[in-house]
Amino acid sequence: MKIYDAIIIGGGHNGLVTAGYLQRAGLETVVVEKNPWVGGAATSRELTPGFLYSNCSYVCSLFRPEIMRDLELPKHGLQIISYEGGAVFTRDGDYLASYRDHDAHRREFARYSARDAESYERYARDVTRQCRFIQPLLMRTAPDPFSCKPRDIGELLYLAKKFGEFSPAEMAATLRFWTMSIADFLDEYFETDVIKAYLALSGIIGTALGPMSPGTAYVLLHHYMGEVDGSVGAWGYARGGMGAVTKALASSFLAAGGVIRTGSEVDKVIVEGGRAVGIALANGDEVRARMVVSNADVKRTFLKLVEPKELPEPFLHRVKHFKMRGSSGKVNIALDSLPEFPALPEGSQCMRGDMHFTDSIERMERAYDDWKAGRWSADPFLDMMIPTTLDPTMAPAGKHFMSCFVQYCPPKVEGRDWTDADRDAFAETVIKQISDYSPGFRDRIIHMEVRTPREIEQEVGLTEGNIFQGELTFDQLLFNRPVPGYAQYRSPIQGLYICGSSTHPGGGVMGAPGRNAAAEILRDLDRSRSHMSAAHDVL
Amino acid sequence: MTLDLATRKAAQPHFHTLLLESPFHERLAALDKTNDWYGWAGHKAPHALDDEELEYFAIRSTAAVFDISPMTKYRITGPGAVAFLDRLTVRNVAKLGINRVHYTAWCDDHGHVLDDGTLFRLGESEFRLCCQERHLPWLLDSAEGFAVDIREETGEVAGLALQGPTSYAILKEAGFAGVEALKPFQIGGFAHEGCTVTISRTGFTGDLGYELFVPRALALSLWDRLFEAGKFLGIRAIGYTALNRARIEAGFIVANADFMTAETALRGNRLRLPDEIGLDWMIDLEKPNFNGRRAIMAARAGKTLKHILVGMEIDGNVPPEHALVYHNKRREVGIVTAAIWSPLAKRNIAIASLERPYGERIQDGLWVEIYALRELQYQKLMKRARIVPRPFVTLARRSANPPGLF
Repeated sequence: MKIYDAIIIGGGHNGLVTAGYLQRAGLETVVVEKNPWVGGAATSRELTPGFLYSNCSYVCSLFRPEIMRDLELPKHGLQIISYEGGAVFTRDGDYLASYRDHDAHRREFARYSARDAESYERYARDVTRQCRFIQPLLMRTAPDPFSCKPRDIGELLYLAKKFGEFSPAEMAATLRFWTMSIADFLDEYFETDVIKAYLALSGIIGTALGPMSPGTAYVLLHHYMGEVDGSVGAWGYARGGMGAVTKALASSFLAAGGVIRTGSEVDKVIVEGGRAVGIALANGDEVRARMVVSNADVKRTFLKLVEPKELPEPFLHRVKHFKMRGSSGKVNIALDSLPEFPALPEGSQCMRGDMHFTDSIERMERAYDDWKAGRWSADPFLDMMIPTTLDPTMAPAGKHFMSCFVQYCPPKVEGRDWTDADRDAFAETVIKQISDYSPGFRDRIIHMEVRTPREIEQEVGLTEGNIFQGELTFDQLLFNRPVPGYAQYRSPIQGLYICGSSTHPGGGVMGAPGRNAAAEILRDLDRSRSHMSAAHDVL
Repeated sequence: MTLDLATRKAAQPHFHTLLLESPFHERLAALDKTNDWYGWAGHKAPHALDDEELEYFAIRSTAAVFDISPMTKYRITGPGAVAFLDRLTVRNVAKLGINRVHYTAWCDDHGHVLDDGTLFRLGESEFRLCCQERHLPWLLDSAEGFAVDIREETGEVAGLALQGPTSYAILKEAGFAGVEALKPFQIGGFAHEGCTVTISRTGFTGDLGYELFVPRALALSLWDRLFEAGKFLGIRAIGYTALNRARIEAGFIVANADFMTAETALRGNRLRLPDEIGLDWMIDLEKPNFNGRRAIMAARAGKTLKHILVGMEIDGNVPPEHALVYHNKRREVGIVTAAIWSPLAKRNIAIASLERPYGERIQDGLWVEIYALRELQYQKLMKRARIVPRPFVTLARRSANPPGLF
């Protein structure tokens, strides 16, 4: 029987990043994926003829450029295109747009409040200062504060030094920022409801918290840490949908000699003598390797794929209590023509960006109230995009693909499992909301895919449909992600590693967890990491 | 307070125009030959309209007209205006007479400079504050508890700087009777088209010069009046490049060019106390309370001031723009923030930010490293720099009373 150097469980973006780096380091690596396609939550699927659906993740910003370069993703077809702003529609028939141009952006805010328009500059500066502190940590393994290893101490000192560069006022601001609610944070800058609602959305996306919950200010930061070609905080589309990211990763991996086995669901990690030695597939096949790396989330990995007897009780306890609550769904729609939004004036570019209908923090919080009660939001928050306004490859000319990220959507409906009727009722809240602002919207729909946490967990394997493989609250970050003492991509089982978004620095199509995991594995094997770029400088 | 729906809707189409046109745009565009515009605080402004050398010489030999409408302007009024501005800025506003202007600066609570600008006292409790950056939230927040009204008036007011030896002659020719009585930093109101043009003897060139403000609607008629009067007095519209040369000769600093303003700097070590950018002379510690006072006093007492802004003369004739400054050719001690060959002083002059004690206790042994790109090759020069007082050029005509005709 062939013995690989490494098995990667799950062909999501992080798994493929780890695989790419290991294969290029000369390790014979096999990626095992349960679906007949790779991509995990970064896929482009032709669900109706002629239309490519970014049916899970739908926009790109966080994916690390160092990885794109190391793994030669441009050569394998990856292109990211910036999008052109967006809009929140208001109930009084107006909208708040965001523009790439600095002055246009300011004037747009000034339509609502001259003060808020200028406060935005302060707000942007303060958030950028926080980003500049966190950003360099993305591509570094989080230090273990309990370890006496020189590297951990060095990393802790690095953190302390970064923090020490702050003035006392900045330190205070940082601590407040890490713990505040996004609503409170925004109240310190702005007076206009719709401006606050627009800025708050990054604080709640993918998180089972409302804008008034403490900790959501940090979630916002997570969404601001990306870039498109050096333009920090910018978001873009992957040309060809988010599957273009994983397609390029898979192609790069295969070109380096890697092996991908799709349609192969993993049943168990085989542990012999406390050491991971391979996997058993659902079809009864076994694949053997010197190590196993799981891209599945931490709960799926340690509660489903590993026998509990192989794990220390405190570790299991922490894994069980790792917060991974589903809070969102997706409605993906093929449209036979571009919808009209009468609120937008002629020539507006708002449709070439993100669109929303939640025009106050209070509505956002009400939407969260429904989630707490175990229901989907009656008046949901939508992050709606029409990537085909910029990307000609995803739909036939003149026709469009629309992606709606929908929040909040609970993993169980009032404690019971989702039914198809629930799913359809959930979708109706979305279609109704869009139709309120876009007459005739329903008539344009050719095909629609509705994904509640049930569908996301079933197909993608994300526990409870949590898009980040675990919430990005401060109690679950850095050396606490996913489990204190196991934040360095290793597990209690020798030879078993984790590389998904459950690990530092967390979710989003970032690739940093996969890249950092590969670095730790190669360090353990004492192999060269010369093919891995150092994190880009933050000047 | 959020604006009403009708006002908001009327403003929707703003996104079609990214750079707004100044009230003088029609006249500027008619004279413009270079099509070399840049964005100044969201407005279209010329780098140069024609030949920048000739525009510079208009400042120094005849009269130059520079459109200052895009400059941020706030109107501050009310019985508490003096007390408010005294708290806000570092200078003593009570000492600023009615119809006088002073150059000032304001700081945050850490003493870091938020901006510098000119404060016009137009009446007992009526002021105009002109500056580079926007500060509405700061001004509104610090006005709490003062009986004062603050309004941005940038878009409502058109402004022109008329600078150069014949600037007085032009105003006289234009019929602004009594303008000869204006002393430096004095303001007067003069009739124009049934309205008032506010003229102050101020400027950014270190030359004889005036600044004129009118309601936006009167912009073009004011322009025409000046150009008609200046026909035989060498009047010429200019762009920023020429003005920048003149301001360096005069030793003036520009926010976010010679120092970073506290609200825009991302990096904590870029913030500056007034003493660190050469504004120590304006701080009035007699005032019991103003923003930043405690921090400035503590920095002075504890000798924790880290930087200093100095004027320098550099050997040779290659302007060391943004060059590194070294001590004894080895130790890096600062950066040149602005530098030109001065046609008036016939030498290379520069403004530089240095790390103390260099520029303070240690004045000698300074050098600048110049990378002169010549036909695709850098010629590296190490040139001696000497600290000299600013202004680099002092012109008697700037402050002559009464002003000369040329």
